[in-house]
Amino acid sequence: MDFLGGINPAVLIASLMVASVPIMLAAIGELVVERSGVLNLGVEGMMIMGAVCGFAAAVGTGSPAVGFLGGIVGGAALALVFGVLTQILLANQVATGLALTLFGLGLSSLIGQGYVGIKPPPTTALPFGPLADIPALGRILFNHDAMVYISIAIIAAVWAVLRFTRTGLVLRAVGENHEAAHALGYKVVRIRMAAITFGGAMAGLGGAYISLVRVPQWVDGITAGQGWIALAIVVFAAWKPWRVLIGAYLFGGISVLQLNLQAAGARIPVEYLSMSPYLITILVLVLISANPKRASANAPAALGKTFHATR
Amino acid sequence: MLILEKRPSPSRFWQYATPVLAVILTMIAGGIMFALLGKNPVEAIRTIFWDPLFNPQFAAYSRPQLLVKAGPLILIAIGLSLGFRAGIWNIGAEGQYMMGAICGAAVGLAFYPLEAWYIFPLMVLGGAFGGWAWAMIPAILRVGFRTNEILVSLMLVYVAQTILSSMALGRLRNPEGGGFPGSRNLSQYPSAANLELLPGTGMHWGVVAAFIAVIASFILLQRHILGFQIKLAGQAPRAARFAGVSPGRLVILCMGISGALAGLAGLFEVSGPAGQISIDFASGYGFTAIIVAFLGRLNPIGILLAGLLMALTYIGGELAQFMLGLPSAAIQAFQGMLLFFLLAVDLLSNYRVRFISKREVA
Repeated sequence: MDFLGGINPAVLIASLMVASVPIMLAAIGELVVERSGVLNLGVEGMMIMGAVCGFAAAVGTGSPAVGFLGGIVGGAALALVFGVLTQILLANQVATGLALTLFGLGLSSLIGQGYVGIKPPPTTALPFGPLADIPALGRILFNHDAMVYISIAIIAAVWAVLRFTRTGLVLRAVGENHEAAHALGYKVVRIRMAAITFGGAMAGLGGAYISLVRVPQWVDGITAGQGWIALAIVVFAAWKPWRVLIGAYLFGGISVLQLNLQAAGARIPVEYLSMSPYLITILVLVLISANPKRASANAPAALGKTFHATR
Repeated sequence: MLILEKRPSPSRFWQYATPVLAVILTMIAGGIMFALLGKNPVEAIRTIFWDPLFNPQFAAYSRPQLLVKAGPLILIAIGLSLGFRAGIWNIGAEGQYMMGAICGAAVGLAFYPLEAWYIFPLMVLGGAFGGWAWAMIPAILRVGFRTNEILVSLMLVYVAQTILSSMALGRLRNPEGGGFPGSRNLSQYPSAANLELLPGTGMHWGVVAAFIAVIASFILLQRHILGFQIKLAGQAPRAARFAGVSPGRLVILCMGISGALAGLAGLFEVSGPAGQISIDFASGYGFTAIIVAFLGRLNPIGILLAGLLMALTYIGGELAQFMLGLPSAAIQAFQGMLLFFLLAVDLLSNYRVRFISKREVA
């Protein structure tokens, strides 16, 4: 472990929990969207819209909480455009998702122009009092801002809703076989619109976390492919909520570790370190898809198919 | 109420009319966006679409730029369109473009300062190889392990970006550049320079290659069995399987062609208009080409026209930035909007919109 040098494991784990929040939120949102049978490739675009809207709202009001709300609104608004195009105007989901990303990148940098170089209001850690002073454990578990806990709570909530509630059952039915769900009288388009909006809201929230906490400032292209990594994590997680958590921690860990190694002056060249999160994403995707039993066994059967009610 | 009725086959009229309609709608929505930014919408639209071509003051400079910008867009979009038709989504053209530029430039720089006729052709091969090899990664992973090519090709864009900056700062840095990042300027190295062929037209080898690609892809799709197989695999994958079309072979071919063309576009750019490998060499052509491919309805002639139009928005955008202070990001959003409207109005070619009374519904 000598190449880890002076990196403190407790600090490392604590910072990977923070680093994984945006990917975790975006991925859990996309998981719900995909479980309803829709493939939204525009996560990157919705995230960056959330990042810029959240930043603008936080700077405008001086409150990070309003900022996160702004992120939710920004992401959800762009998701609604996707919803209208794919669900009502029956456009190709792959192409529309790409359009969302291209448009989001452009619009965000347009909105963000006036915000370059500004510091957002700081998001503070929750006051846990004496708990935060426990050696190692206190640093890892009790020294974060609220969003770290909220993102885990959202995962738990999505898991519970999908597994135990009627709403979750209907959502999964729509995603597995929209014709059958339609025949049973469920409003396929309405349910999917709700799922898409939720996905956009989560991606936007994750984006706002990047610009308000992770970086924290506004730069063009701030999301740097995290939306795409979130898409890969949904595949990695085999469409199961808790595995999204594992996947997000894995990638959060890699990105934190590579940054720490860069700072610690490890002997690995910097360019290999900075490309490592993307290379490892590819590697994981290959490992997941190479296993024919696991590959698409869990994928929602109607994923990416256009639904048009003929009757 | 309104209902949608699927057409037995796509409407011919609307297939041609929808791109035009989308452009008009984008101009209207873009005008509203420009108005919100506090600019005169009519003036902004005129500056973008009219002045670069017909304003006596700017046209002399802008007209040649049209081909310079359209060349790479068309070249990349032609390659992408083959894959998109077959349901193979190579969206990492931006990465293949960078890798083509790096490999091609590396070939040229390896010969510096030798002057010989064979250097530029070798660079062209190097560029095509770089893009092809970069596209083969997602292609082989898709064929061998069923890995999603969308995610892999996109991830590789970020990897290529890292390689590009490390090359500009390291291996390919100009030893006489006084420590500044960036390679030697290829356009000042006669054997490696991709110069204007006809003065004042903007026509360089990349534009010639783009025209050749348009013609070749037109012939491929109209007359060749491979073109038929591509169309079949996209429209009826099951029928294609029964007809003996190997999906793996199509993936390798389509990804390979699109990668090689994107690599060529990168090479022609680095040896001509850009001149050198630098950190900010990548300018988003690989992503804009996706819009070009769809705007051209994945049809070679359509892509030719769409590429010219998209190039016009780039040049007009620069002009509007200079004349009206319109932010450059506004143009990017404008281009994204175009793709939205295109996808939205595409409904009209596949579905018939009908009004029916409430009684008929019941």
